[in-house]
Amino acid sequence: MIEAKNLNLYYGAFHALKDINLKVAEKSVTALIGPSGCGKSTFLRTFNRMNDLIPGVKIEGDIIVDDENIYQKGIDVDRLRKRVGMVFQKPNPFAKSIFENVAYGMRVNGISNEKVIKEAVEQSLKQSALWDEVKDSLKKSAYALSGGQQQRLCIARALAVEPTILLMDEPASALDPISTAKIEELIHELKKKYTILIVTHNMQQAARVSDFTAFFYMGSLIEYDLTKTIFTNPAKQQTQNYVTGRFG
Amino acid sequence: MKKIFERIVEGFLFLSSTVTTITVLLIILFLFREGTGLFGKSPTEEGFTVAVNKNNPVSELNAEQVKNIFDANIENWKQVGGKNDSILVFRMDDIFKFYTEEELAGVDTNMTLLASKIDEVIQKNPNIIAFISSKNLPANPSSKIITIAKINLSDFFRGEEWFPTSQPVAEFGIYPLIMGTLWVSFLAILIALPFGLAMAIYMAEIAAPGVRNILKPLIELLSGIPSVVYGFFGLIVIVPLLQKTFDLPVGETGLAGSIVLAIMALPTIITVAEDSIRNTPVSVKEASLALGASHWQTIWRIMIPYASSGITAAVILGIGRAIGETMAVLMVTGNAAVIPHTILQPMRTIPATIAAELGESAKGGMHYQALFALGCILFIITLVVNLTVEMISKKRKQNR
Ligand SMILES: Nc1ncnc2c1ncn2[C@@H]1O[C@H](COP(=O)(O)OP(=O)(O)O)[C@@H](O)[C@H]1O
Ligand SMILES: [Mg+2]
Repeated sequence: MIEAKNLNLYYGAFHALKDINLKVAEKSVTALIGPSGCGKSTFLRTFNRMNDLIPGVKIEGDIIVDDENIYQKGIDVDRLRKRVGMVFQKPNPFAKSIFENVAYGMRVNGISNEKVIKEAVEQSLKQSALWDEVKDSLKKSAYALSGGQQQRLCIARALAVEPTILLMDEPASALDPISTAKIEELIHELKKKYTILIVTHNMQQAARVSDFTAFFYMGSLIEYDLTKTIFTNPAKQQTQNYVTGRFG
Repeated sequence: MKKIFERIVEGFLFLSSTVTTITVLLIILFLFREGTGLFGKSPTEEGFTVAVNKNNPVSELNAEQVKNIFDANIENWKQVGGKNDSILVFRMDDIFKFYTEEELAGVDTNMTLLASKIDEVIQKNPNIIAFISSKNLPANPSSKIITIAKINLSDFFRGEEWFPTSQPVAEFGIYPLIMGTLWVSFLAILIALPFGLAMAIYMAEIAAPGVRNILKPLIELLSGIPSVVYGFFGLIVIVPLLQKTFDLPVGETGLAGSIVLAIMALPTIITVAEDSIRNTPVSVKEASLALGASHWQTIWRIMIPYASSGITAAVILGIGRAIGETMAVLMVTGNAAVIPHTILQPMRTIPATIAAELGESAKGGMHYQALFALGCILFIITLVVNLTVEMISKKRKQNR
């Protein structure tokens, strides 16, 4: 159960997110669309407090994850990030072996039983549809994989810490069409178990993979509805213009 | 008009780079020519001769043996491969022990007479060894002249005695100097690495931008201080401190040198290591944090390994630069050319040896050449260090 309530975010003096209210449905895929620079990534990154790293960021309002405002005092951010996994725009594996990439999240979260880790690594790689391709080369460097494989490795890495929510920031934008298709297929599978928020600039992709779509424009949430509605019968003219490709 | 001007500038650039290259090559050539001149020479002074009775089976000695016999450290022929017989050392002054004043009348003007007298003494004493000038023997002496082994590479590197000016034979064993250099350098790395790394991590990841903006120029300032000043600091603060703490006879020790060296290397280490830690891609850092790793776990498990080759290069570069900064080390290590057994004893490094002795060595002499040979070794060490750093950073770029 995740929700943004009256959310405002400032980069210094720049007002990047303006009074956003949005409730995400569980075990479904919600797509965030909008022209470049409208605040999609910024919004996504509020859910695992990734914006904390950027100096000068000010946040007002609430983000509720599992009935708890994650911006209140006393929140354990590291534990939060364990529950809210993230996949980035460009594949960013560690300079470690394939196995250690997936095991990393467990190790830093205090799991040291090698048997448990090994099983979870296999499980995660299977979930991210990479197992068959890498099962014989788990000791190889993650850099030896192709871009698409690396991205699936990053998904496996995120899944291995057993999050309930998965944030994906344009996860296929750096990939070829075949790898993209694989990732989209994967998202379909994953939504059975996870609540997924995905940023995409690709209209077709949003239409294909998501159940709900939120359209952002210049830091404001313009419209939020069933994906079908957004793409066939949006309430706002702005949304209509954007999804039909008339601007952005 | 413009063309001509460009031509002139081009010509000038070409000329200056050519001149620079040639100069560097000439310096290296000069260094090696002087340095290699030492080998194949006899380690004795010009005109110096060692002679024995012709029935003595010994016919060749090396420099160390000659010196030890001369200093009465070796007293039996058996020790140098001869018969079991005590050695009788004969120096020029000893002539009066064998002849009376009358018998020697006229020798101060008649060289041939003196020579024949000395030859006679050697003939009469089967266990004698004479350290004399070649002029003090007849043209065809009945005594046997000992061949002294020439200086060779193996003795140079493995010899344990560095007595470049000792009489009658000089000894050029650089093993203690190499060991001194290695001990001082490695210990300096051990000291500098944790401090440098801690500081680099602090500056790259923890310090507020304001603090960092103060620290950064301060550290760069440190590298601008002349090494003599570090030497003074070492001499006045570190040396007495070590002496008191470890209750030593002298505080000038390898450890003191290592500490000063480590301090001098720190600016380079901190700056280069910080850069390489900072160069860890944000995306990789974020990936770690997004998995629930703490900031420290991210630094320790992701950023440091990512920057490890840069950190290695930083340390090598830092120490490499600092060891070339002879003065400070020279001032605090005590400079005893002995093979070190603990860090708490005086040591001597190669650069310090060159700096301390070059001024008092005769140009073109063996001592002078030996110092140049040391220079060659230093040059090779530096070359290897630089190539290593180059290789490490190349590998680093490939990993990106
Ligand atoms: N670290 C930052 N500092 C200042 N401004 C930023 C920062 N990151 C993003 N912005 C600004 O915030 C706005 C939204 O950025 P972003 O969320 O990345 O947009 P999107 O992902 O929709 O393309 C943009 O105008 C961008 O310039
Ligand atoms: Mg973005």
